[in-house]
Amino acid sequence: MLQRLKERTSATDVIMWLLGGALVTLIIWGSTVTLIKGTYSTRHWLDFIIFGLAQGSIYALIAMGYTMVYGVLRMINFAHSEVFMSGPYTAYFFAAYFYQSGLLETHPAISLILIFIVSMATSTLIAVLLERIAYRPLRGAPRLVPLITAIGASFFLQYMFRGFYGSGFQAYPVIKALEGPMVLGPIHILKFQALVIAAAAFLMVALYQFVQRTKIGKAIRSVSEDKEASALMGIDVDRMITMTFVIGGAAAGAAGVLYALMFKQVHFFMGFIPGIKAFTAAVLGGIGNIPGAMLGGIFLGLVESIGPSLILDGLGIVAPYQLKDAIAFTLLVLILIFRPTGILGERLAVKKA
Amino acid sequence: MNRFPGIKYGLIGGVCLVILSIIGMVEAFNQREIVSEVISMGQALLLTAAAFIAYLPAARAGGGTRGLAASVSSGLIMMAMLALLVLLSTVVNLRQVFINASPGLFQILKFQQEDLWVGIGLLLLAGGLTGLTAGLLVMTPDLLRRVVIAALTTVVMVGTLQDTISPIFAEWGPLADINDLLYEGNGLSIPGALGLFIAVAAAAAAWILKGQAIKGRVQSLPPVSRRRLNMALVLLGGFVLLVLPHILGLFLSEVLTIIGLYIMLGLGLNIIIGFSGMLDLGHVAYFAIGSYTIAILTSPELGFFNWNFWQALPVAIAAGAVTGVLICTPVLKMRGDYLAIATLGFGEIIRLFVLSDFLRPWLGGAQGIGKIPKVELFGFEFGTPQQVYYLILAGCLLIGFIAWRLRDSRLGRSWMAVREDEDVAQAMGINLVSTKLKAFAVGAGFSALSGAIFATKLGSVYPHSFNIMISINILCVIIVGGIGSIPGVVVGAAALVGLPELLREFAEYRLLVYGAVLVAMMLLKPEGLWPEVTHKRELHESENDSGETTAAEPARNKA
Repeated sequence: MLQRLKERTSATDVIMWLLGGALVTLIIWGSTVTLIKGTYSTRHWLDFIIFGLAQGSIYALIAMGYTMVYGVLRMINFAHSEVFMSGPYTAYFFAAYFYQSGLLETHPAISLILIFIVSMATSTLIAVLLERIAYRPLRGAPRLVPLITAIGASFFLQYMFRGFYGSGFQAYPVIKALEGPMVLGPIHILKFQALVIAAAAFLMVALYQFVQRTKIGKAIRSVSEDKEASALMGIDVDRMITMTFVIGGAAAGAAGVLYALMFKQVHFFMGFIPGIKAFTAAVLGGIGNIPGAMLGGIFLGLVESIGPSLILDGLGIVAPYQLKDAIAFTLLVLILIFRPTGILGERLAVKKA
Repeated sequence: MNRFPGIKYGLIGGVCLVILSIIGMVEAFNQREIVSEVISMGQALLLTAAAFIAYLPAARAGGGTRGLAASVSSGLIMMAMLALLVLLSTVVNLRQVFINASPGLFQILKFQQEDLWVGIGLLLLAGGLTGLTAGLLVMTPDLLRRVVIAALTTVVMVGTLQDTISPIFAEWGPLADINDLLYEGNGLSIPGALGLFIAVAAAAAAWILKGQAIKGRVQSLPPVSRRRLNMALVLLGGFVLLVLPHILGLFLSEVLTIIGLYIMLGLGLNIIIGFSGMLDLGHVAYFAIGSYTIAILTSPELGFFNWNFWQALPVAIAAGAVTGVLICTPVLKMRGDYLAIATLGFGEIIRLFVLSDFLRPWLGGAQGIGKIPKVELFGFEFGTPQQVYYLILAGCLLIGFIAWRLRDSRLGRSWMAVREDEDVAQAMGINLVSTKLKAFAVGAGFSALSGAIFATKLGSVYPHSFNIMISINILCVIIVGGIGSIPGVVVGAAALVGLPELLREFAEYRLLVYGAVLVAMMLLKPEGLWPEVTHKRELHESENDSGETTAAEPARNKA
């Protein structure tokens, strides 16, 4: 028994397990200390959870784009973070105009819907152009080639938008109707957070139903199963790939407006960190798996908002919130070590195809 | 649409030109004049782009009147779209949204004419002429076309780099006269430009006609004298490298040191990506580890160790290599794209930890660590850029030598086998784990050396010097030069790091151009500017069989 175990494990496995074990011990130790000390009240924890839910549902929406593109093209669309940035940044100018003309005060719902439409349209346009110009000529190229193209496209788009709109932060106008708290039983929730969670939930359900029920959705799923067989069944593969980018782009555009509502500013570099987080979320849920991406996004959002106070505070680390991004990346590494398939996924992380 | 390629390309090109103008590149480049008072770099940028795009439909139509019509119509459409932009600017204030759509830009587009319609007429005329030139260029014989393009490129380069070239020339006796002849005011003088054009054209024509013969003569020399010739060339190259900083002066030596640092980083990443095919986007981490190790061990500001540079250097390199192995271990089994994101994450984690208040007592937080002593060797201090240059030159030569020897070693061959196909490599008896770990260790060690020199060169380290942009820059350097090619790294570093340093106003658009260059390289020339022989052969292997195929083809055949 011991002999067989010895044969099967290599030095790297041992190092990985030790590393993982050390991290898990730290997590358990940190959270126990925090809970025993009782620095935070129940109210605090509830606030953290709601913030985490709001943040996580934004990640989930972005992660949909990563996971669907990965499904059909087997590549990480690195430029998806710029698809996410382009929408709200363009919609900002409409929002500012609505604010000046007073429409935002008198008809907040109409102007919000217009902002959403502009943002989603821009993001979709960018995503489709990206696919057409940069990715389509590279079908079937060696695996590093499309990935490097995507990295190049990402930086190109970032700095193109910087050239368009300037390099400063633009403050999104505050919508009066969305300020102030809302009381739901024992829970106090800020109105814009409620809107973010509700809108994201609605969009996710709608997108999921679209992919599951409609003919286009079925065609997309079949393309991600097997391109050749789908083509033989009369599915226009190129069109379905474009549709995937359309859906991913629209979701990212919507997520962008929600992000702008939450953090009240836009910037040409704003896509980078949420992009990586959303990718982490997609891996967390199992890449290529749509419900997995949603679950992963929300889980990541929660870990990020609770983690610093729960774990790092207990370890005696000063200013734990500075390290919240580090928590997300550590989570990514832990997932890659212990369950590369993600929460719901099949094993795709290991080389396939 | 496909029956009229001129219209299609004209519309696409028009969008490109409008974007180029709106993001402010045209205006930013306009400060530099190529030929004094005649043409500026901004205008040259627009016209070159237009000519290139107009060339495509003409080349597709195979020249002739159809090709000419296509290129002229596309040139006209492109400039008409710019004219529309100018007209639009007189009606609405575009600047409320597009920050760079300034009056200065439209002034340039109108060729500085006061009257709107005269300006637009000139713009359309320029479009037609550009299209005509491009169309004629398609029809000219191959020799003439190559000569004209080479001469034009040289004139543009020499004109653009006036503020670099002119001061160097001015210091060297007879060259000063050439300098006076060549330049005038803010750019080339008209006789200077014409003279340069003719001289370069003549030289290019001579080389194209006689170059093969000269090469053949060298090839047919007896081995002894050929070896002597090679020796002489190497000695000459070495001599030039040694005296270079004293010829070029302080500023250019500084640029050379930056290029040198990137060459070391590029050679490090080249081992990981180029030789063993693992896409590492967190390469800046090892650079940071090297710098910070030197800072912690030598800086009196923290006062833990107060070692000197030579004591600390091995520790820094070892720390880099160990980090490389640690980062590589958890992601060993991952596919290329997962590896990319995971390494990117690691790079960010390291930066975040360095930046945090939590580790401030040891790493200095956002203020970084200062007062890192200069390197001393036998009482000689490497202080000014001209002195640091020698340190970096030594580092580059050392690393270049190691990389070159490793490439053809047993280890190098196993790296390449892993790059081509992991499963087959494993079946051939290559230990995947140790091979990959060694690639990361060596690559990270190289970059840590670069980081160590960087720390002493600057005298202080800040977490902000080590952001993701550095990783992307290094990636661009090795991709543009040619993945896996050692001379390619040098070419890539000179082109991508050196040029932007010389063109200061370019700095803002640096990453924009890098991104575009990455995409364009992958689409058009995935093997890079100075490719490795085998890699090039692989990417183009099917072209010889079936005539027209893209670079993506071989992989499709394999799959």
